[in-house]
Amino acid sequence: MDILAEADRVSMRFGAFTAVCATDLVVKREEVVGLLGANGAGKTTLIRLLLGLLAPSDGVVRLFGSPPSIATRRRVGYVPQTLGLYAGLTVAENWAFTAGAFRNSGALVPEAFSAWQHELVGRLPLGTQRQVAFAVALSHQPELLILDEPTSGVGPLGRVRLWEGIRQAASQGAGVLVTTHNMEEAEQCDRLVVMADGKVVARGSAAEITGDHKVVEVRCDDWNRAFALLDASGFPVQLHGRGLRVGGTPTAVAGLLTREGIDATAEIVPANLEEAFVAIVAKPAAG
Amino acid sequence: MTWGLADVRVSRGRKVALAGVTVPVDPSRITVVVGGDGAGKSTCLDVLVGLLDADTGVVRRPAKERIGYVPATAGLYADLTVQENLDFFAAAYRMSGRERSQQAAQIIDRTGLAAARRRLGGQLSGGMQRKLAVGLALLHSPELLVLDEPTTGVDPVSRADLWRLISRAAVEGAAVAVTTTYVNEAARAACVVLLEDGKMLASGSPEDILRGVPGALGTARGIDRPTALSWRRGASWRIWAPTGRLPAGVRPVPPDFEDAVIVAALAGMRGR
Repeated sequence: MDILAEADRVSMRFGAFTAVCATDLVVKREEVVGLLGANGAGKTTLIRLLLGLLAPSDGVVRLFGSPPSIATRRRVGYVPQTLGLYAGLTVAENWAFTAGAFRNSGALVPEAFSAWQHELVGRLPLGTQRQVAFAVALSHQPELLILDEPTSGVGPLGRVRLWEGIRQAASQGAGVLVTTHNMEEAEQCDRLVVMADGKVVARGSAAEITGDHKVVEVRCDDWNRAFALLDASGFPVQLHGRGLRVGGTPTAVAGLLTREGIDATAEIVPANLEEAFVAIVAKPAAG
Repeated sequence: MTWGLADVRVSRGRKVALAGVTVPVDPSRITVVVGGDGAGKSTCLDVLVGLLDADTGVVRRPAKERIGYVPATAGLYADLTVQENLDFFAAAYRMSGRERSQQAAQIIDRTGLAAARRRLGGQLSGGMQRKLAVGLALLHSPELLVLDEPTTGVDPVSRADLWRLISRAAVEGAAVAVTTTYVNEAARAACVVLLEDGKMLASGSPEDILRGVPGALGTARGIDRPTALSWRRGASWRIWAPTGRLPAGVRPVPPDFEDAVIVAALAGMRGR
């Protein structure tokens, strides 16, 4: 069976508040799915539903074809944003604890950790802690990996190493679900699901989501004044090297700058993933 | 260099926290210091604002009351409302009544916090708290704005708002120093400093750093790691050849900024 995790028109209400609304999500074997959304979009609630930590108000969640249970949990590796390690235990003790919980006594602490396996986890740098949390979550050879912001705060090389681990797990058959605010990380995923206000507002590859989104690139000598003017007029403007990137139409942007006597060129260019993401989730949920 | 650090060294006990780091911060420009946890980013800012003394090197900063500084973990009072935070900071900066209400109105407008004026700082969302903290640091129109990881853990929508706020301060004349773990944020900067383990891996404009990638870069598919100097980019590999000679079957690609950062980190490791 290729589908590991499935949310089928799942909703989650807390009192009058709907955190997740009729959402579909599928994670298959050998693929890395990125779950994106602003804070409060419903990502963590959706993950908790998939793990069986919450029961949906409506809809069905299936893990390996069954409702989530202790038996399905054994087949899942989960790294929460807070890492889920015991800071007051050593690396080896954390390892043994997880192995015990998963009745997986044969798993040995990876050799890469041998130099600091007797250090308290709380004393290790954050990047190392994240590596440990990831290895611990993989130690019982889960078929499904769920990672909540796996590389937040990690430097470029640490991030590269973690992604190598994620890709290796996928190439060995695991399905991976990753949440992230980091768009470079999102571009590493095979497929992306974008949530806003509890609903899925876009899905597809990074290229598909970026799609036809465009921004206006403004080049001018007096970019300080151009920025202040566009910002004050409510245009979503960002600095980009020596130029400006603005949401809106070139006519509107160029028109405003010309009226104020700023000599500039305004040209339509393809948006990057981050710009497309902001445009997608900033729209009303119906869009 | 108007403000900033030149060849600064800081040690803590036997550990070298900064090993000869230069961070120029100039008016109307944004300098971004990029690095992971423990790279020395916060130490740079602590030295810049005067919370920490450099062992050697040159540090230039304006008078304390001309600096706006937001540390990574705070910058506002959680048990005061948004308005009370503004009033408190204005009083601390000894702003006159008229200046105070003008500036506060402008900050409220630029941070989009008008509807949240009476909410407690601690009850705001993470993104709104960071916007308020940056707004409070801007209240007295500082010459030097220093922000420690203002966007870490903040979602891309709030991040875009924050960067508009920061950029507006720069275009209006402030010298801005920002630390981040998000490599793509460096593309917004006039000057980028890459830090790892207290050492400078590279610095310059984003274009300088891109142009400075030595050797050749290529891409290939496959499961096994092609060379020791390879890393994953999505489902394929990136391969860096410092000598410029890529292995057979590897297709050359021009480096982007993300590649440049990883190459700098790999080159730094090889250099040790």
